[in-house]
Amino acid sequence: MRPLTPRRIAGICLALGAVLFVVVVFSLQVGAYPIAVSDVALTLVRGAIGHWNSIPPSDRLIVFGLRLPRIALGILVGAALSVSGASFQALLRNPLADPYVLGVSSGAALGAILALAWLPHTAWAMQGLAFLGALATIAAVYFLGRRKGQLDSTTLLLAGIITASFLSAIIMFLMTTVSGRDLRGMAFWLMGDLATPPAISLGFLFVILLIAIGAIYTTSSDLNLILTGEQEAHHLGVNIPRVKLVVYVSASLLTGLAVSVSGAIGYVGLLIPHVMRMLFGSDYRVLIPASAIGGAIAVALADTLARTIVAPTELPVGAMTAAIGAPVFIYLLRRRFA
Amino acid sequence: MSTPGMAASDAGHDMAAGWMQNPVRLLVEQASYAYSASDRDAPDFTLGPVTFSARQREIVGIVGPNASGKSTLLRLLSGEIKGLSGRVELDGTPPGQLPLRERAQRIALVHQESTLLFPLRVWEYVLQGRYPYGRRLRFESPADCLLAENALAQVGAKALLDRRMNQLSGGEGQRVILARALAQQPLLLLLDEPTRSLDIGGKVELMRRLRRLAEENRYTVVVVTHELNLAAEFFDSIVLLQRGKCLASGKPADVYRRELLEQAFETALDVETNASGRPRVTLRGGADAQATETNPDAPKESGSR
Repeated sequence: MRPLTPRRIAGICLALGAVLFVVVVFSLQVGAYPIAVSDVALTLVRGAIGHWNSIPPSDRLIVFGLRLPRIALGILVGAALSVSGASFQALLRNPLADPYVLGVSSGAALGAILALAWLPHTAWAMQGLAFLGALATIAAVYFLGRRKGQLDSTTLLLAGIITASFLSAIIMFLMTTVSGRDLRGMAFWLMGDLATPPAISLGFLFVILLIAIGAIYTTSSDLNLILTGEQEAHHLGVNIPRVKLVVYVSASLLTGLAVSVSGAIGYVGLLIPHVMRMLFGSDYRVLIPASAIGGAIAVALADTLARTIVAPTELPVGAMTAAIGAPVFIYLLRRRFA
Repeated sequence: MSTPGMAASDAGHDMAAGWMQNPVRLLVEQASYAYSASDRDAPDFTLGPVTFSARQREIVGIVGPNASGKSTLLRLLSGEIKGLSGRVELDGTPPGQLPLRERAQRIALVHQESTLLFPLRVWEYVLQGRYPYGRRLRFESPADCLLAENALAQVGAKALLDRRMNQLSGGEGQRVILARALAQQPLLLLLDEPTRSLDIGGKVELMRRLRRLAEENRYTVVVVTHELNLAAEFFDSIVLLQRGKCLASGKPADVYRRELLEQAFETALDVETNASGRPRVTLRGGADAQATETNPDAPKESGSR
């Protein structure tokens, strides 16, 4: 018997944090203008201690002006998608649940596009409407996925897929009204793209990210029990409606946040929690933080590949996660559930 | 010796009861329940009124044909659903009025099987039984681990500690599920068809185990079962239900009367007395049986309630 301790969680987070750091340094280094590792390190250290003037201007622009914000955005999006995927999997008791599969990403995307169309100059409109879109979609899918008052996992997934395709149809319709110049940007964004910096400061977005993940984390013991069945969890003393409310709202917030800044990036929410489960077990007290950092690693790395693999052209990061994610998922599916 | 149940008693749930002569712990008086799909319609299913009581160390069996309301009665006892009228009290308090966590410290409901999405280790699963005793986001203490180990030892499953739940046989899984309930240190242990996936040897072993647990941990146990003979042999009292009505309750010998059982199960049955003095139900064969079986059936309800 090896019960989970805060120390073990801290150890796992530190190890994953170290991997993330390596990925960040690697990502800062590569690109159309490669920078040596030693120079990246030197630039980072100088930036950290405030010696801005001693950094060569070109390095300063590329590291702090271009690459670091984009990596930070990738970290934000990866953590948000991965944690919301892990949460949906527990709450819906479905290993295939994820914001993309359930149509929640599409709902958020529709919200974001409506915000672009109606309120193009309001700073928080995209995030706000993306959140509302995500929340409305998960509510709709949840009720469509019920049969005789019971949550049926096949019905639920089908409801999600159908909702997603319906929402995509509306998005396509809206896109036909967009002028040709914006179309490419929008198409890129829909596939998941980190190239456009968000209109709002990254710091604010990170605060929201941490609050939502923190809220979900407070329910992690409850989620462990809900995984063994809602009724059983109820009889063990879990306040199911409260947990559902907290987690649905927070997970929708995370999805809305991610989609509003990067479009719909698939497979992260589905795959990363599974990989983390294989590595560290399925206890949500460790799975939530591990998924957050793991998702950050995955998206930061995928985006680095997306902008270098066919340089000077850039791929949307969503194409990259799907290209890697689909085969990995099939491998996991055959290994794990066969 | 520190068994989960004894620790529970020491914790003081029934300290005051110690000097009295084993007072009634579970009291069910004229309890009824009605279920309807919509508010306007007449109820689709009604249960009760049911009356029985149980002290500590006593085992009550709830028997009856399918869809007779056995599981519904169990849910009523657990406080999960609210009764329409009458009283259900555990040590004087209606379970439905207890806060969820406090309720889980007093009542453990053992389901037939646990469907796990991701395979947990046995010890992880049993430790879940300690949930009601912690703060919201909690980490298990060494004391919790000790209690979980004791619970596993009490069901003879200590060797399974590090196995994964999905690698267990039906009987092993059943014991582990029971162990999680023991880790809750309840006063009242409710079991819903615990013998369902067991062979006859496993069934008898489980009955003996329940008897021993009730004795050692001073539990009050209520078991929903289809095993008429095992219930008669091992339980202190029986509640016989048919289509939501309580046909009889009391000692096995009083409830197991031929006409009552035949009425409940709509099958020709014989009741004899065992060497142990307990009733034994057997199928009645021959021409005699034909007469009973040709009884026009009232419309049967389907599904398990």
